[in-house]
Amino acid sequence: MILRSAISLRAEGRNSASGPALATPLHVVEPMRAPDEPNHVTRPGALAVSAHGISLTFQTADGEVEALSNVDLDIAEGDFVSFIGPSGCGKTTLLRVIADLERPTAGTILINGVTSEQARVQRHYGYIFQAPALYPWRTIERNVMLPLEIMGFDAAERRKRVAQYLELVNLSGFERKYPWQLSGGMQQRASIARALSFEPALLLMDEPFGALDEIVRDHLNEQLLRLWNQTGKTVVFVTHSIPEAVFLSTKIVVMSPRPGRIIDVISCNFPRDRTLEIRETPEFLKIAQRVRSGLRSGHSYDE
Amino acid sequence: MVARPAEIRWHPIFVRFAPVVVIVLALIAVWYVATVLMNLNLVRGAFERDDTPYTTGQLIAGTMSAERPLLPAPHQIVQTFADDVFGWPVTSPRSLVYHGWVTLSATFVGFLLGATFGIVLAVLIVHVRTLQKSLLPWIICSQMVPILAVAPIVIVVLGAIGLRGLLPKAIISAYLCFFPVVIGVVKGLTSPDPIQRDLMRTWSATPAQIFWKLRWPSAVPFLFTSLKVSITISLIGAIVAELPTGAQAGIGARLLAGSYYGQTIQIWAALVAASVLAVGLIGVVSLIERWVAQLMGARA
Repeated sequence: MILRSAISLRAEGRNSASGPALATPLHVVEPMRAPDEPNHVTRPGALAVSAHGISLTFQTADGEVEALSNVDLDIAEGDFVSFIGPSGCGKTTLLRVIADLERPTAGTILINGVTSEQARVQRHYGYIFQAPALYPWRTIERNVMLPLEIMGFDAAERRKRVAQYLELVNLSGFERKYPWQLSGGMQQRASIARALSFEPALLLMDEPFGALDEIVRDHLNEQLLRLWNQTGKTVVFVTHSIPEAVFLSTKIVVMSPRPGRIIDVISCNFPRDRTLEIRETPEFLKIAQRVRSGLRSGHSYDE
Repeated sequence: MVARPAEIRWHPIFVRFAPVVVIVLALIAVWYVATVLMNLNLVRGAFERDDTPYTTGQLIAGTMSAERPLLPAPHQIVQTFADDVFGWPVTSPRSLVYHGWVTLSATFVGFLLGATFGIVLAVLIVHVRTLQKSLLPWIICSQMVPILAVAPIVIVVLGAIGLRGLLPKAIISAYLCFFPVVIGVVKGLTSPDPIQRDLMRTWSATPAQIFWKLRWPSAVPFLFTSLKVSITISLIGAIVAELPTGAQAGIGARLLAGSYYGQTIQIWAALVAASVLAVGLIGVVSLIERWVAQLMGARA
């Protein structure tokens, strides 16, 4: 707890120093709160992600590859935003730029009002990869605990949070199991608990359920939605499944390859506590249709 | 209902050990044949020199009981080995246990030195980019030097600065055994997949945290594979170090004395002792490996 307040002080210091780039008071460092208090961060209008003119060119053996070309994107706090597009459209790259795992070759990006590097160093986001990437020599409990150890939480707080977030993802009772003793879906839930454990305001998810079968996937999508609704976090979600994107999102960002760019941003205003049944409604199909035509206009279906 | 023929159910112990026993028996049989063939001329010559008449049976029996045969029979080696191990108090210079311990202590010290040195080098190579390019060729070169040629120099140089006895042997042993550890641990430290490393980055972990919480645990299985190779090399290194230095004790000294006096059986008994030690050492490392793997949650 001491550590977190130190971080928030540092963040404020940086903000005030960074001047005109931050005309609006955007930055959000989560206020201290009791762990059992629901974490609703709803500050209408504040931007979790604000990207302008982002381009990223990779140097490869076959020459330059333009992974992202002039991408502008604002993501409001509390939104659930999906990036959808075919392979090679730069959706993962864009997510990695937000996470400061890649540096754009042009453009500016602010996360909660600070640069992406500051946001990473101050641990503003939790990142969930396509593979659970649990450390095989650690039990589930100690895997979830790992970021807390790294961030210097004391032992009592660590134990409390591990129990709390394993419960949230329905993994209570599996604390002492090793990753290989769990199914793929359970492992991915553990990795979500791990990303939540240090209570970041922003969740970055890179096709987290892509490797799972559809039944497990539907189930986890429902759980994820419930979690988002409960915690009020901002979620950025990469997928190549149209139904998944439409079901989960408040905003769908349609992307297209060569070069990676944004074609369309579609709002999707189903109630926050939606269930899988909405997938049969005409509204759902209409939005899915619009996503599909967006993908088509970006030549995503061309060979 | 068709009556099925009763299946023959072998006892599990039989199933487990039968193949090994069969192979060992076959090898022993081949060995005896080789004993007869190799010692035949020797024994025939002895009979003919004494002008004693002999039968084929006597000839064959003679090949298996010669005092200084070209190739001793297995039972002769076992006999001498047992005599040397159990026939003398362990502090006696005639006891193989005494010689074995001399070599073993140099092996242990050499192995500890070599493994530690190997791990430190590997950590440096992984973390300091310039070292990776500059150090690795030298490490590989170091293993091309014929140790038998270098060992006397090392002994003399170390002797000149007052180091005698166990330590020079341990250093030669360490020189031979650090190499597999370097290679294995470098491989292990670089084995975490990109996602695991990216995760550390998203948590903005310090390099020390990345090392202790990710790289080192990932390297442990690789480390043990290397250690198993390394500890036998370490034993060989200790024995080799005893050869050119005129050591008075140790398995190497025993081999050397045996070859001076044509005591082939003694040489073979010393070789058996070396293999017993090697098997024991690998066994110990394997046990520790299994224990550590269990602590680290490996599948049973």
